[in-house]
Amino acid sequence: MQLFGIWVAAFLTLGIISFLYKDNPWYKLCESIFVGISAGYWFVALFFDAIVRLFWEGITGPDPRYNLIVGGVLGVMMLLRLVPSIGWISRWPLAFVVGSTAGLYLINYFSSNVMLQVQSTLNPLFGSSFGQPIFSASLYDTIGNIVIAAGTFTGLVYFFFSKEHKGAFGGAARIGIWTIMITFGASFGYTVMSRMSLLIGRMEFIFGDWLGLIK
Amino acid sequence: MTGRPTILTRTIKLSILIIFLFLSLFCHLLTAQALPAAIPDSSSFQASPPTNVRAVDFKYDRGEALEVRWNLSSDDTGSNFITGYEVFRAGEKSDSFVSVGFVAPKTESLTDKSVERGKLYRYKVATNYKGNLAYSEISAAVAPEMDPINWNLLNLFIIGLIIAGAVIYFIAHAKRGKKLFIRKIAGLEAIDEAIGRATEMGRPILFIPGINDMDDVQTIAGITLLGRVAKVVADYDIKINMPVSRSLVMTTARETIKEAYLGAGRPDAYNDDMVRYITDEQFGYVAAVDGVMVREKPATCFYLGAFFAESLILAETGNSIGAIQIAGTAQPAQLPFFVAACDYTLIGEELFAASAYLSNEPKQLGSLKGQDVGKLLAMIVIIAGVLSATIASAWGSEFFAKLTEYLVRIFTIQN
Repeated sequence: MQLFGIWVAAFLTLGIISFLYKDNPWYKLCESIFVGISAGYWFVALFFDAIVRLFWEGITGPDPRYNLIVGGVLGVMMLLRLVPSIGWISRWPLAFVVGSTAGLYLINYFSSNVMLQVQSTLNPLFGSSFGQPIFSASLYDTIGNIVIAAGTFTGLVYFFFSKEHKGAFGGAARIGIWTIMITFGASFGYTVMSRMSLLIGRMEFIFGDWLGLIK
Repeated sequence: MTGRPTILTRTIKLSILIIFLFLSLFCHLLTAQALPAAIPDSSSFQASPPTNVRAVDFKYDRGEALEVRWNLSSDDTGSNFITGYEVFRAGEKSDSFVSVGFVAPKTESLTDKSVERGKLYRYKVATNYKGNLAYSEISAAVAPEMDPINWNLLNLFIIGLIIAGAVIYFIAHAKRGKKLFIRKIAGLEAIDEAIGRATEMGRPILFIPGINDMDDVQTIAGITLLGRVAKVVADYDIKINMPVSRSLVMTTARETIKEAYLGAGRPDAYNDDMVRYITDEQFGYVAAVDGVMVREKPATCFYLGAFFAESLILAETGNSIGAIQIAGTAQPAQLPFFVAACDYTLIGEELFAASAYLSNEPKQLGSLKGQDVGKLLAMIVIIAGVLSATIASAWGSEFFAKLTEYLVRIFTIQN
């Protein structure tokens, strides 16, 4: 059975890779299998996880959680899309989801993307950290402190939409976008390397598990 | 030259020997002092227990934790002489204590998160010496309680209030008809041009709203931009194709496109099949979208929302079919791929600003202006804080040291 699984996995892997040549029936077959199986899997997983285990067992269990009924009602309201004359009711649960999650995430994003970023920037330019004497930092740390302070500041200037990017302000914005692009370049290289490891993993499967050429 | 050792050589050798013996003796004495006077027999020895054990309510939580504190055992002298401390808990009237945690030597507290709000608990702490436990006195009974307000987040609340106030002010300002200036955003100007190209070529437009659900602000921003794109699409009477990976996104996108067609005066041209659900599975979705791209050959591809590992696969396939590509996301790890493979990329905040810029609605413009106030505040604090910290470290100025400390405290989140 395991051998059969390996052959199926190899067939599907090569089918997906064949897209690199061009769109072909083998790829279309693999694509349809992938989409069909995953859609079916997610339907079953969500049905049993959300509706059976969380909702139904939640309200009928030994310690009933009746607040789950609110979620159930919102779900039913969403299904009313199927009735054209009252389909407009489905907008309410959508509005609830969008509004409540935006509010919930506001605090998290604000803490990590604003508060922590500003706090981490407040270092002396030539000191190792706040409270340490000047020139106590190594050249590496000094350059790091300057890049963090200048990069954060000019990055904010770039994303300031209330003023045209002209003159000194435009110059600062240009430094900001350069800083961002250099960061992207580093990130690009890093991510490509991690993708290479995924490719190596697949190749190991093909040449090792399937063909047995790698021991 | 060899010969009988002289008196000088003998004296030197003897001196070295004496010094060596002296050093050996000294090292031995030193080592003996460093070790405990006598290592107790582990089978019977009991270390002294910790003292002053007390439980206090964990501050600013929902009544889900108690903090147990104690003074160290007199035998906790370092060098890991004792094994650690074990904390035991019992109900108010129960004498059956159960272990709730073990901590290393030199630790003076433990947070017990397995308690219920309103119930009284008592604790005792034992010093563990190689399995032999020496119990402390039992603490007074304490119940965890809920604090309705987390005062640790007061700074966050005040800064949020300032920005929210600015947003409300600018929305009111825009509603009164005052013009609010927003600078041009590169890439947005290209939207109309890209849709026009699709019209000329008679090919469809592909719109991908990312792979996250409607609880992600990036998806919401993408859907807001979809409204604008769909309106132009309805005006030009071309086909829009939108495969999605989330059912809620499908519903929202259908509503948005329908409304855009209604706004353009062409409700009859709207079709539910413009938005299709594929699968929740990330790479299954990508395989299907890639297939759609090479078969339908859209003239323009929009990628606006939250993207992950699929970003480069989608953008490269779009590039290979010669489509104009406009992307926008706030995922820092995926932006480099879009920048490399797409014609225009909305970077992070630009994605959120784009909908305000395009719609010109007072609410969205006011919100964007309010956020700019927050950025201005951050810029001022960064300049003031960095200068102040540098001056404080250069000249030892107490005033600037206090100012820096104050600024750091304002932007510190305590949980």
